[in-house]
Amino acid sequence: MKEVLGKTYSAGDDIVRQGEVGDCMFVIQEGEAEVLIDGDDGGQTRVDVMRAGEVFGEMAILERQARSATVRAMGPMRVLTIDKKTFLRRVQEDPSLAFMVLKAMSNRVRKLDLELASLKAERSSS
Amino acid sequence: MSPEANSDVDLSALADPTMWSSGDGAPAEKTWTRKRPASGSDRMPLEDGSRVAVIGGGPAGSMFSYFLLRTLALTDTRIELDIYEPRDFSLTGPAGCNHCGGVISESLVQLLATEGIAIPSTVIQRGIDAYDLHMDIGTVQIRTPLNEKRIAAIYRSSGPRNAVSGSHIGFDRHLMDLAVDRGARVVRKLVSRVSWMGDRPEVECPDGHRGLYDLVVVATGVNSAVLRMIEDLGLGYRTPGTIKTFISEYPLGREVLDRDFGNSMHVFLLDLPRLEFAAAIPKGEYLTVAMLGHGVDDALVESFLNSKEVRECFPEARVPQNACHCFPRINVQGAKRPYADRLMMIGDAGVSRLYKDGIGAAYRTSKAAAMAAALHGVSSDSLAAHFQPACRAITFDNAIGKFIFWVSHFIQKSRFLRKGVFRMTAYEQRTPGRKRRMSSVLWDLFTGSAPYREVFLRTLHPVFLATLVWNLVVANLPGSTLPSGEIDAS
Repeated sequence: MKEVLGKTYSAGDDIVRQGEVGDCMFVIQEGEAEVLIDGDDGGQTRVDVMRAGEVFGEMAILERQARSATVRAMGPMRVLTIDKKTFLRRVQEDPSLAFMVLKAMSNRVRKLDLELASLKAERSSS
Repeated sequence: MSPEANSDVDLSALADPTMWSSGDGAPAEKTWTRKRPASGSDRMPLEDGSRVAVIGGGPAGSMFSYFLLRTLALTDTRIELDIYEPRDFSLTGPAGCNHCGGVISESLVQLLATEGIAIPSTVIQRGIDAYDLHMDIGTVQIRTPLNEKRIAAIYRSSGPRNAVSGSHIGFDRHLMDLAVDRGARVVRKLVSRVSWMGDRPEVECPDGHRGLYDLVVVATGVNSAVLRMIEDLGLGYRTPGTIKTFISEYPLGREVLDRDFGNSMHVFLLDLPRLEFAAAIPKGEYLTVAMLGHGVDDALVESFLNSKEVRECFPEARVPQNACHCFPRINVQGAKRPYADRLMMIGDAGVSRLYKDGIGAAYRTSKAAAMAAALHGVSSDSLAAHFQPACRAITFDNAIGKFIFWVSHFIQKSRFLRKGVFRMTAYEQRTPGRKRRMSSVLWDLFTGSAPYREVFLRTLHPVFLATLVWNLVVANLPGSTLPSGEIDAS
């Protein structure tokens, strides 16, 4: 029998919803999740797919703002919740822990840059 | 105050960040020698080609190696790192065992995940999401605040004597594999001597193997002869204070464990002299029972196992024969001066948390040691400035922990107090949406998830105190009953 940690989600379950105010971040232990942004037409656009080991929801730890996207399980998933208090308490003692979150954010910015560049290229060619 | 009033103060000193730490108004010359971190080559920095020996391949040794190699990789510094560990953690029973209750606390699970260190299902014997608190007046279950399994019951080795480990691996082996993936080399040898050759430490093994290093990190258990040897070097290091514990493994089988113990750790608050804390932790096929106290011996173990509260947890109220047991010692008073030039003592060999979360303390001291060595150097001054504060923080928190456990003795001994604590916890757990003040105090105290200081401050909250007094009064009124279904009325 397989023993696991964290919370289990099934395909289609929302782990966080855009617009909610949260006070924790998450680390994917197993499975994949899609990141969705609400559009003006009521639909949702997929902007990213995240996999095991990736961190999300970290903005809620750094600023008390509503979640900027919905994260939805694409299949069976296991996600570990990281409490704001546990994280901040430890960061005060060991600032290098924040480096891991910065790394996640830096990866995301790099992905967005590439996406932006390809959108601009598409627009200029049309 | 006008600027003129300060005209005799040399403000240029403020431009030097190393001076900021003094802050006691003493002349700069005096504070400089005591608190100034070493600079330049006297920091003894680790450079390309430096050699590091880690004695002991338990969690502290492997985590130190992992964090040091990971941090040095960021600065493209390539070193050689040897982990000296004679035991084979893939063996079952005493040959591979590290004599430990085997619980990874809620906060450590989260912090390791944030560090990118996942605990795979092959390592987890059981995910824990609740605590059952057993007292003579009844049992109350405290559930994790998020209803999420965030405590891991593990084996440090591959399990008790004669266990069939299957695809499972021990936690220590998992961490060691992570360190090896980062470039550490495992030397399967016992260290028999640490000495100095000029200004560098040398490690020697019984077979004549010798190695000269730029840094030696001692990450052994408290019983290791290496610690006495380090003490005898006259560097100011004093071995940690210890107490004896009892750990045993009962082969109950998964079905019985699922039915009678579930995914819950069982904690016993019993009025037994010399007993500080006792817990039963369900794992794959076994139940681990751990006892801490002063002078734990066969008589105390027997009176604990024969108590009604413990027996009732087992099938047919009978405690079976254990598969293996031991009386290991644990660190309850931190080592003095756990560092010197090119030498550090981490984990149990240095400073650990009082009674709880020893692996969490190993993580904190090993990370602080690795960051100090990688970024600031391995001189005594550098380690005093960048490694010692982590040890001091744990020592300070342990002093508060000692006070909390002193108070909990009164609860253990007084039925009057136990009834109040029980009633307050039981009503909190039954009422959804209610702020769980007593539950959170007990949860963090038993799981070791929060610092003792934070637990203590929560007990000083006026609402906590007022609610406790109310529950003490109501629970002890003549004819009052405690929450039904969870209380033994006897």
